[in-house]
Amino acid sequence: MYHRFDAIVVGAGGAGLMAAMQLARTPGIRTAVISKLYPTRSHTGAAQGGIGAALGNLEEDYPEWHTFDTVKGGDYLVDQDAADIMCHEAVESVYELEHYGLPFSRTPEGKIDQRRFGGHTRNFGEAPVRRSCFAADRTGHMILQTLYQQCIKREVNFYSEFQLLDLIISEGVCCGLVVLNIKDGEIHIFHAKAILFATGGFGRAWKITSNALSNTGDGVAIAFRRGIPLEDMELYQFHPTGVYKLGILLTEGARGEGGILRNNDGERFTERYAPTLLDLAPRDMVSRFIYQEVKEGRGINGSDFVHLDLTHLGADIVENKLPDLADFVRVYLGVDPVRELIPIQPTAHYAMGGIPTDVDGRVLVDEASSVLPGFYAAGECACVSVHGANRLGTNSLVDIVVFGRRAGKHMAAYVHETPFTELPRAPDDEARHQVSALLSRERGESAAEIRETLQEEMMDKVSVVRSEQTLQSARKTVHELQARFAQVAMQDRQTWYNSELLETLEVGYLLDLSESIIAGALARQESRGGHYREDYPERDDTNFLRHSFVYNTPDGLRIAHKPVNISKFEPKERKY
Amino acid sequence: MQVKCKIRRYNPTQDKKPYFSVYEVRMEPTDRVLDLLNEIKWKLDGTLTYRRSCAHGVCGSDAMRINGRNRLACKVLVRDIGHKMTIEPMMGFAVLRDLVVDMEPFFEKYKAVKPYLVNDDPAPVTERLQTPEERAAFDDTTKCILCAACTTACPPFWSNPDFVGPAALVNAHRFIFDSRDKAGAERADVISGREGVWRCRTVFNCTDACPRGIQVTNVMEEVKRKLLYDRA
Repeated sequence: MYHRFDAIVVGAGGAGLMAAMQLARTPGIRTAVISKLYPTRSHTGAAQGGIGAALGNLEEDYPEWHTFDTVKGGDYLVDQDAADIMCHEAVESVYELEHYGLPFSRTPEGKIDQRRFGGHTRNFGEAPVRRSCFAADRTGHMILQTLYQQCIKREVNFYSEFQLLDLIISEGVCCGLVVLNIKDGEIHIFHAKAILFATGGFGRAWKITSNALSNTGDGVAIAFRRGIPLEDMELYQFHPTGVYKLGILLTEGARGEGGILRNNDGERFTERYAPTLLDLAPRDMVSRFIYQEVKEGRGINGSDFVHLDLTHLGADIVENKLPDLADFVRVYLGVDPVRELIPIQPTAHYAMGGIPTDVDGRVLVDEASSVLPGFYAAGECACVSVHGANRLGTNSLVDIVVFGRRAGKHMAAYVHETPFTELPRAPDDEARHQVSALLSRERGESAAEIRETLQEEMMDKVSVVRSEQTLQSARKTVHELQARFAQVAMQDRQTWYNSELLETLEVGYLLDLSESIIAGALARQESRGGHYREDYPERDDTNFLRHSFVYNTPDGLRIAHKPVNISKFEPKERKY
Repeated sequence: MQVKCKIRRYNPTQDKKPYFSVYEVRMEPTDRVLDLLNEIKWKLDGTLTYRRSCAHGVCGSDAMRINGRNRLACKVLVRDIGHKMTIEPMMGFAVLRDLVVDMEPFFEKYKAVKPYLVNDDPAPVTERLQTPEERAAFDDTTKCILCAACTTACPPFWSNPDFVGPAALVNAHRFIFDSRDKAGAERADVISGREGVWRCRTVFNCTDACPRGIQVTNVMEEVKRKLLYDRA
């Protein structure tokens, strides 16, 4: 089936819906949102702690301070012009969300309430500041619901449970998509003037992750296969407080409210590593502190986890400010957080890297910042880059809201002044071939086996601490898995609601992305932010204060570089 | 622990009527029921079909009937169900395949109650003010994840599929009690209509079913009282 819209958004999380809202508010633009899930299932809904914006509702605060924290938190790999835009526009974007109806928690005067969060400080690093605007500990849920509600109000067209298969580029212009209707297996072509990928992250490449089963990087991988380079893929964040073994996120808001990390001796070990910010040091650092404690035998009972201690906060704070956290811990661990310690370990959480874009969400096709007309990306799938080598807590929500909004506005202007580009002949051939090959192959191993090996390998060798040796070994494994994947077979060969087909396609995406992550990690012979190399433990600004671009070429992966925008703050040693 | 799991299967394009498949799997007692479904799908039977995403009770994809009760498969542990379990799709919506039901009618009902803030006054430069007490009046209903566990557990809904159902009314409550909302009569007309809140018979199945702990029946009563008092 053929469809034609002015603008199409792929992905219905915060970035996608924020963009859709801007398009829907502009008269005369026909917009569609395509998602492999029902919109409110998107992973934005799992974000807990808050959205950072220097509203200054409780104490003095300025966007400039937020920019500094973002740059320093990102270990100076942040493009400072982009971070500056983000931190300034965060303020009006949060008010826009409030006007849409977002039910923020309130101060006694009725303003939006704010709390502390890791790495957010007053006056360029002096002390923690209350910057995170929150709605209990389900801020992401509220953002997702609010934006979906407003999209309903504005009668946005949704194609729910439609799986992206391919991106159509014709004569240097992005002009359409090939999409599978999950319900009946029919392949659709969507023709458009502008397309936004807001397809989210790919935490499912790792065994222990906070990410949803659906976070398999489909959009990032499809762009990569179509020749778009990926930026800073080696920079992946492990969140320090995942539920032990399950990886479920326990919000940093818990430490923002005063929660403490303790080792087997009951010691508050962050005192030794980050004397000023303690437990609220940035995530990459806290994850490494935990790794170090475990390595030196101070994990709980010598095992590979430590404790999050909320017992001194009192039932009131835990139940009212962290209700969802309390619920998770009770359901999945049988632990009462008011009275007992919570076992936690670092969990694969967030991709700083992704599809390179400018500050209006336009996708860049090379390190010289050439634009691919009609193609946009925003949110976790994109790399603006505002997170550099490590994202600060709350800045993922800031990113999706600010850059989803900017991309939507830019698309609205672009589609007004741009005619449709004709589709090439049979643009769905390749996708049809891919799907029919999978549906017809009778013998072979399952994608689930390949995925399990991949996730274990990435967890063991490409996580908090890496080295030449572990990365080379992981690279070899991923190449073997890619070869095996070429012969993968499914038990389900129906076209009607075939969820095994989706899972199989997703494993293919994860394999290609893992390969790009490992290539970036091998090339970055230094330690910076979320990328820690045991064999190169220092940050090396002389050689590596630059973004990496990985290209998918017929001869294998190729790495190139792009300078970092350093317009405000000179790189310094990162201490907290 | 060893679990014997009966799962109701149906592919309307192929099967004349639904049937049960039986699987025996070894699970940790602390595994989620979703882990058990994944174990079956990934190791035993790739054709088993169900929705899932976040796997920790916040996205609302995997509501289903587990031993007769509506639960999220990712928010209930195997040890809490036991060695024998029967898993079926939610009742009241057409089955698309196995445990996947057609959610379109559910979302149509949701949309019918105008589940969005209505306030056409010019917005201030900063936030609209709202006291913590005003905010608390609708806190419970902001938790809804639209999983449909309540609506598909509701006997009045089973007997009358046109009833908007508890989930839609929870979301109406979310805005009716929001001090910033101005929809007033516009929304009240929908929910006090023929297929609105008065269909509720306070069975409390919805409250039992809600994986987010929303006091759904209480919410319905608050909506009813509000409609009455506003009329008086």
